[in-house]
Amino acid sequence: MAEWIEACGEEDVETEDVIRVDRGGRVLAIYRSPDDEYFATDGLCTHEQVSLADGLVMDEIIECPKHNGRFNYKTGEAKGAPVCVNLRTYRVKVEGGAVFVEV
Amino acid sequence: MSKHFVIVGAGEAGARAAMGLREQGFDGDVTLVGGETHLPYERPPLSKDGMVAEVFAAKTIATAERLAEAGVAFRGGATVAGIDRAGKRLAMGDGSALPYDKLLLATGASPRRLAGVEGERIVYLRTIEDAQRLRGALGAGRHIAIVGGGFIGLELAASARARGAEVTLIEALPRLLSRGVPEAIAGRIAARHLAGGVRLVFGDAIAGIESGADSARVTLASGTRVDADLVLIGIGAVPNVGLAEAAGLAIDNGIAVNGQLATDDADIFAAGDCASFPLAIYGGRRVRLESWRNAQDQGNLAVRNMLGAGEIGASVPWFWSDQYELTLQIAGLADEGAVTVERELAEGSILFHLSADGRLVAASGIGVGNAVARDIRLAEMLIGRGARPDVAALGDPGVRLKGLLAA
Repeated sequence: MAEWIEACGEEDVETEDVIRVDRGGRVLAIYRSPDDEYFATDGLCTHEQVSLADGLVMDEIIECPKHNGRFNYKTGEAKGAPVCVNLRTYRVKVEGGAVFVEV
Repeated sequence: MSKHFVIVGAGEAGARAAMGLREQGFDGDVTLVGGETHLPYERPPLSKDGMVAEVFAAKTIATAERLAEAGVAFRGGATVAGIDRAGKRLAMGDGSALPYDKLLLATGASPRRLAGVEGERIVYLRTIEDAQRLRGALGAGRHIAIVGGGFIGLELAASARARGAEVTLIEALPRLLSRGVPEAIAGRIAARHLAGGVRLVFGDAIAGIESGADSARVTLASGTRVDADLVLIGIGAVPNVGLAEAAGLAIDNGIAVNGQLATDDADIFAAGDCASFPLAIYGGRRVRLESWRNAQDQGNLAVRNMLGAGEIGASVPWFWSDQYELTLQIAGLADEGAVTVERELAEGSILFHLSADGRLVAASGIGVGNAVARDIRLAEMLIGRGARPDVAALGDPGVRLKGLLAA
């Protein structure tokens, strides 16, 4: 059953950036867009299980730090080789200064 | 009649090109010719995780299903005897002919051989078979001698230690990685190997290697002898240019191509480890890059130009190496730099290399895991733009590099 978990504080993520959050055995990546909207995806790249939070966020794209596989973090869409499997995305809400993710 | 594009070489560049042709909307026939019998596979893991993992599993670049879906005819275990440029067809090793409209040579590179050294106990690392053979010889109580302090030798040394084998690494020059890696970073890598229990020998040449049925002995110029179960030779790679050379194509430390990856025959292109090309960001300096990223980038660029894009490559060279918990990443060619600025990070450090007139030309970083990845990626973008970033900002870890992109 879906459940909302508190992932981090609003200010834990800088604008156009990403952090890694480990919760209940999952690795998540929490993004803050250039417009200060929050998004969440699985935290590991679908190519070689590398933590995406060490990668670079540019606009709505997260780039894997290892091999530059690119995903749209809003939709999870893989943007071409070497990544061909989309990233799972999660619903996000912000309440009382905290970012919640529906897992 | 539908066009037929043929790619010779099914490594990273060739396989990428085959898939890339479809991504670019090419609707003709595509044949991918591979010398090995395996489906296209990733080579980077062979010296790294693939060597350490309990069970070896090759990482396939394109499965048979994906190749079939893309309508790529894969011919594994095939050899090409010659290129008939006038007739635009390949003479295949089995005696058949394979006509082409456009041809991409992605023939890769082969380990440089140590002259006069042969035998059962001597190994090189390039293929799955080489990796499997090495894996079998790495374990507690075994001793491997590694000739050459380059990336293959160093990654192998770290992997061998992880599997419990004793390692002696012999480098003829006074330090590791003298081609392309700054001394400060090479020193840090050397220190990590020493701490990991690798015996490092510098500045001593190989006088001879004897290989018996069960063991080998390396004799050095100084008279030192190293006995080992196996000797890995990692002294660089040479581009596979035989086919191109026999066809009369220009060779210059690799198959010589222009910025669009075309050879002097407008229907024949080359990409990846086998190709030498002019790098626009360094004033057209001709280079040949043996790296995974370059193979990918050039596989993609070659297909765009085979389809008539007329695009000049603008990628910044980039590569990485994993050893123990450390990852090294370098963007650009460090030897282009005249001035060095260091940035210390929590779990790593980066050297920025600038030209005498202040242009950022390269960045070399080493750190735990992917600690330096983001900044190296940003540096790569700055290098590509010909940026002249403020030196004080580069050296100050409190200044976000991303902010310099907007400047």
